[in-house]
Amino acid sequence: MAYINASEEHIREMLAAIGLSSIEELFAEIPAECRVSGQLALPEPLGELELDQHLRALGAQNRCAANAIYFLGGGCYDHFIPAVVDALASRPEFVTAYTPYQPEASQGTLQAMFEYQTLISRLTGMDVSNASMYDGASAAAEAILMSVEITNRRHVVLAGTLHPEYREVMSTYLRNLDVDIVILDYRRGVCQLAEVASKLSDKTACLVVQHPNFFGCLEPVHELSKYAHQVGALFVVVFYPISLGLLQPPAAYGADIAVAEGQCLGIPMGFGGPFLGIMTCREQFVRRIPGRLVGQTVDRRGQRCWVLTLQTREQHIRRERATSNICTNQGLMALRATIYLAAVGGVGLRQVAMLCVHKAHYAKGRLTEEAGFQSPFSAPFFHEFVLRDPSGNVDHLLRSLAAENVFVGPPLGRWYPELSDCFLVALTEKRTQHEIDTLVKICSKR
Amino acid sequence: MHERYGSKTIFELHKPGCQSVRWPACDVPCNEIAELIPEEYLRHEVPSLPEVAEPDLVRHLSILAARNMCVDSHFYPLGSCTMKYNPKRHERWAQLVEFTHLHPYQPEESIQGLLALLYSLQQMLSEIAGLDAVSLHPAAGAQGELTALLMAAAYFRSRGEARRHVLVPDVAHGTNPASAKMAGFEVVQIRSSPAGIADPEILAEHLGPSTAVLMITNPNTLGLFEKEIVRLCQMVHQAGGLVYLDGANMNAICGIAQPGKFGIDMMHFNTHKTFSTPHGSGGPGAGPVAVTAKLAPFLPVPVVVYEDGRYRLDYDRPLSIGRVRSFLGNVGVLIRAYCYLRTVGAAGLKQVAELAVLNANYLLHKVGKLLPVPYGQRCMHEFVASAAKVKAERSISAMDIAKRLLDYGFHAPTVYFPLVVREALMIEPTETENKETLDAFSAAIEAILREPAELLHEAPHHMPVSRPDEVRAAREPILVWRE
Amino acid sequence: MNPEELKFTPTHEWVHVNEADGGWVATVGLTQHAVAALTDLVFLELPKVGQQVQAAKPMGVVESIKAVSDIYSPVDGEVVEVNQAVVDQLNLLSQDPYGEGWLVKIKLSENKLPDGLLDYEGYQKQCAAESY
Repeated sequence: MAYINASEEHIREMLAAIGLSSIEELFAEIPAECRVSGQLALPEPLGELELDQHLRALGAQNRCAANAIYFLGGGCYDHFIPAVVDALASRPEFVTAYTPYQPEASQGTLQAMFEYQTLISRLTGMDVSNASMYDGASAAAEAILMSVEITNRRHVVLAGTLHPEYREVMSTYLRNLDVDIVILDYRRGVCQLAEVASKLSDKTACLVVQHPNFFGCLEPVHELSKYAHQVGALFVVVFYPISLGLLQPPAAYGADIAVAEGQCLGIPMGFGGPFLGIMTCREQFVRRIPGRLVGQTVDRRGQRCWVLTLQTREQHIRRERATSNICTNQGLMALRATIYLAAVGGVGLRQVAMLCVHKAHYAKGRLTEEAGFQSPFSAPFFHEFVLRDPSGNVDHLLRSLAAENVFVGPPLGRWYPELSDCFLVALTEKRTQHEIDTLVKICSKR
Repeated sequence: MHERYGSKTIFELHKPGCQSVRWPACDVPCNEIAELIPEEYLRHEVPSLPEVAEPDLVRHLSILAARNMCVDSHFYPLGSCTMKYNPKRHERWAQLVEFTHLHPYQPEESIQGLLALLYSLQQMLSEIAGLDAVSLHPAAGAQGELTALLMAAAYFRSRGEARRHVLVPDVAHGTNPASAKMAGFEVVQIRSSPAGIADPEILAEHLGPSTAVLMITNPNTLGLFEKEIVRLCQMVHQAGGLVYLDGANMNAICGIAQPGKFGIDMMHFNTHKTFSTPHGSGGPGAGPVAVTAKLAPFLPVPVVVYEDGRYRLDYDRPLSIGRVRSFLGNVGVLIRAYCYLRTVGAAGLKQVAELAVLNANYLLHKVGKLLPVPYGQRCMHEFVASAAKVKAERSISAMDIAKRLLDYGFHAPTVYFPLVVREALMIEPTETENKETLDAFSAAIEAILREPAELLHEAPHHMPVSRPDEVRAAREPILVWRE
Repeated sequence: MNPEELKFTPTHEWVHVNEADGGWVATVGLTQHAVAALTDLVFLELPKVGQQVQAAKPMGVVESIKAVSDIYSPVDGEVVEVNQAVVDQLNLLSQDPYGEGWLVKIKLSENKLPDGLLDYEGYQKQCAAESY
């Protein structure tokens, strides 16, 4: 069942037209030693009903947010997705089209991407948004490459409170490019200004900070921005899109490049992908930003329309001198974010941000006051926070919670040895008081 | 495509107070925000996002949808992109909550079904590649290329070798040289033979102690099988280098040839090409990488492993290049690829290649009578026709033909690539198209070539917009909507 | 300027030398042939005043809608003036490549032109051979 669309008769006719008697002759140039011997060893094909049963059986071996309570955080969150997002983003005209190479046949995609760019620009206050990258981590790594290009400097300073997986991606991307990485101390939960000042120099290409950071804490972004700019470095911010319903946007505190994971904007958790890399910058860096950009113009009849623009930055024209090797964006994910932001609106985004903040503060209050956990960090936080279990056995705690269908974490010891008795707790608008109380009750019993 | 609405932007549909989503009142005791978050962090005004009533939002996106051509409704012979049919069943399965509502940090015991699926996909891709190990991480083909080249760099480093040069044929996709540069290598372009394939003698001129990797696409972007591939691999290995296969064109050979048997060391797959995961207006794709055993220790972490009757994520790989992205890859896309392979099986996969190549050759036969195809009487999954002659004689360009095809209800082929063919039209029909469609497409080209040049210069005539002014867009970029 | 009196690089730059303040100053531009081949220019990136440039090394970039080309310096020296007008108004380049469309002035580090520059006739021959 290979979705072949040719009858035996058509195959014979086509072969006759090209003067061959068998399909095999078309592959004559493939040397015998390169061929599959016999048949590939793949599982037997299944019909639709059998495969449906197979996939549902596999699914039944997973426990998911539809039947468990999720307080999991660390860069992926169980937010509510309005039905209108699924309905519109699953239209085949978006799902089964490709990159809008022919603008006349792709105005739908192009206009949606232009609206995405505009929505992200309005959300962040930044001048320019590209049409998306793979995910928050790779967007952040590309922001560093961009900073190195712009400043012609080869040192970068990363907050230790930046998502560890993002730092790992950055280090992978930079490994062969003769760029030095300095990582700041994380032990106070936020960047320490004295240390930042001592690590920045006139050789620093950029300072990269996450806000709210991996621990959920708010960073002193105004000061950090000032410090970076004082040495002529760029200030790169990893932000949390939902938080911008309440928090100042990156442009307000002087971000030069602002990137984010856009999963919270209408994209399912999906075990970590596909997600949405949001990437924005100041106007003056527009020719250095990687990825696709959609621009407004007019057609020959003078009608407003949209095209891919500034393509000379990209690999298909500039090859090894391109701003990046990125080719596709995450089109459908950007479309989901577009629909989500338009469905929620500015007021709605503020409301959802407030729900997250209130629930997080309520949960933290009760967990520290009633369940015996400590709070290692005192900085203000948004919707996620770190707890310390004085008994020290975090794995046991999280396992016993999971046994009661409550998922909390991740535990922090994997990345931060000094925090091996700590874990993250994240709240979204979906968590009810009852669910939070359940969590508190289970934890109090331990 | 004949809708005549002036299209508004979402910002022009803004009606204060009309947002689609209403959030519930807070059900926990609330303090004032200012007591929770210091003033200096707070914004004073709400973000200026439009408020749009749900019916307006749905109408708006539906109008936009109607302004796209897509595989479901149109023949989309975009060369090198493999625009094949995207099975509907995959969408249903990939959207099961037991897959979509999973968090990447939930315990392994709670995701055994998903890990079993991903493990099985690793095994199947390894078999199709004829290579030993697979990483599912890369988010797209280009990221797969980068991942493999980073692995090559780590491999040479582990051996104490400082090899600098990545060799890239002149017909390669632009991502190849760009990826090599990002991985810290220098790019050396190698020219193709007069027949349009890589030539061992030309390659020999460029091989040396600094050779790191040869990146080769097979079949190449001209739709030709690189028949010297075994020898090319041997030569690179003798020089101490590695060979990378850009798997963009696997649709031509999957199930028939195994790239591992060419002698290559690493490759990537484009699941959105070969395995029919939707192109999604430009993504998300996925670009899994397959490698030989000697490169396996360098794969990104984590890898899905199966031990003692359970699946787990293996992070303990000291030689790994690390992470190329957060979490574990574009899982939703990988699920669709898994569904595809479980549906077609080994025999089906071979049939895919057979029909893709038959369709391309049949269309080459028909179109070749109308426009010269400079390289080859035969092709694999695609071919490249040239409008250079009609350009010279009648000033009809490849772009004119492409634009006019839209009026005839066909998406245009890829144009002006590869660069070695002047006025290139790169045509890839895929196996899921039928003979009637191919006949209609070549008839359209025939009809177009009979039309007056002036008519074609102004094409398209029946699309929602005519040709956009790209010069204006690039000279004074307008990248956000303003009132 | 009369193109027949200029010197040319094989990479399609023209150069004209004047004496000023006892030193040689080269005015550099792109040839009409190059500008015509690029079509639809959209962006020009030139070196900054004070920047050192080297003969046959890239000193800037010219972009059309679908192509990017390096601009090579014909001489060794220091950039002393940049034609901001042409950066702002790319039409000057296509309308008057040998006049108002000049790009930069470079003070030569030595008072001589490097070897390998072509005269008008030699450049014309090269263009004919390239068969764009």
